[in-house]
Amino acid sequence: MSIMDQNGGSVIAMVGKDCVAIASDLRLGNEALAVSSNFQKIFPITDRIYLGLPGLATDVTTLKERFRFRVNMYTIKEEREIEPETFAHLVSSTLYEHRFGPYYVEPVMAGISKTPSGGFKPFIAATDLIGCLNYAKDFVVAGTASSKLYGVAEGLWEPDLEPEDLFETISQTIMNALDRDAYSGWGCIVHVLTKDKVITRTLKARMD
Amino acid sequence: MTSVFSPPGFNFSNQSRNDFIAEKGIPMPKATSTGTTIVGCLFADGIVLGADTRATEGDIVADKNCEKIHYITESIRCCGAGTAADTEFTTALISSNMELHALSTGRKPRVVTAMTMLKQMLFRHHGNIGAALVLGGVDATGPHLFTVAPHGSTDKLPYVTMGSGSLAAMAVFESSWKPNMSRDDALQLVKDAISAGIFNDLGSGSNVDACIITASHTEMLRNVEMPNQRVEKERQYRFARGTTAWKSEEIRKLVVSEEVILLAGGDEMDTT
Repeated sequence: MSIMDQNGGSVIAMVGKDCVAIASDLRLGNEALAVSSNFQKIFPITDRIYLGLPGLATDVTTLKERFRFRVNMYTIKEEREIEPETFAHLVSSTLYEHRFGPYYVEPVMAGISKTPSGGFKPFIAATDLIGCLNYAKDFVVAGTASSKLYGVAEGLWEPDLEPEDLFETISQTIMNALDRDAYSGWGCIVHVLTKDKVITRTLKARMD
Repeated sequence: MTSVFSPPGFNFSNQSRNDFIAEKGIPMPKATSTGTTIVGCLFADGIVLGADTRATEGDIVADKNCEKIHYITESIRCCGAGTAADTEFTTALISSNMELHALSTGRKPRVVTAMTMLKQMLFRHHGNIGAALVLGGVDATGPHLFTVAPHGSTDKLPYVTMGSGSLAAMAVFESSWKPNMSRDDALQLVKDAISAGIFNDLGSGSNVDACIITASHTEMLRNVEMPNQRVEKERQYRFARGTTAWKSEEIRKLVVSEEVILLAGGDEMDTT
């Protein structure tokens, strides 16, 4: 078993029409033994960027603080909020710095970026454990259930979903994929980001 | 004291912990690799580079349409195979060093310069940076095409292939490459070589990217061939709103635009 599967957990992000959604499970385990059913692995970075960190829990906790520090430094120096594209590169270079002694996480990002004309554009990205960026125009997945999430998302995702429809699609995708993964589950949380609000819902999921 | 700035180069602070984990016999997780077919060939007035667009993570296709032809300078480009993060960061680093080099010398940089920077960097890391590259471009001394292996060895050839699909692609080059081909023939040959990789090598797939570099300009042909387009879904698999039961909800309203309204006059600038 890989060290990435030690604590379990999965994250998925999807693009909709002028909105994005990011969802994760809430399990923290020690191999097969479940320890917590409220382990958050999605963190708000700014009002319009959410970062999911599935992987080894110790590194999840370390990196969330590290990114908080780096984003704060960026905000102070630049006197503006970080954009999702910039943040994706910050994540990528932070992980690549540790190329020969990596953090065992596979980050997934979702955000709404501001266009120069004043519009809003959905953004999602994922990286591997050494920071290779993967931009996608549909969805990105990571974690112990990633292989299952790929399959379900590939079947259920469709373009231009409205926020409420995207919520249903991402929720059904993650819940059905997680039911076939022993190391993820124990509750789900979904964040739907639109240009004027962030909807956060905890789902009624199987607790086994 | 913790510095705000991290020193340049790699950070090995997790190494002892990771070595400990590895000692217990737990395998190292897989990084994204570009199984890849990448090629380059010389023609009458320049270089054509080609690449497929599949990125894999073990036996999973991680990205169906990634970009493997990286920018070095306006007239030098580099295809990358191997560990995806390594090809991405190595080419980005050399690209910025080439820009600085151009600025300090006041000349257009040469392909050999990029090649030397790449091989010295890769040799310095003893093959631990898993980047296998095809470097091509046109400079003051004419068109040049190189391969750079992860350990830092280089080749200069009229047609080259790299990656897991290199054998399939080389078979096409060996049977059809001729000196002094026209631009269209060279592009077709590169498309055929990449297609051979896409269809015969499991590590390569999806679309064909190409880049034509001549003395006068560079043409990046992203997805010139898309032989594996997914057919449109015949049915919608949407769920009726309210299908998913949820336990709690929190809505954060965000400020989209602000308007400042002055309540009282008297503070205006005197413009009389």
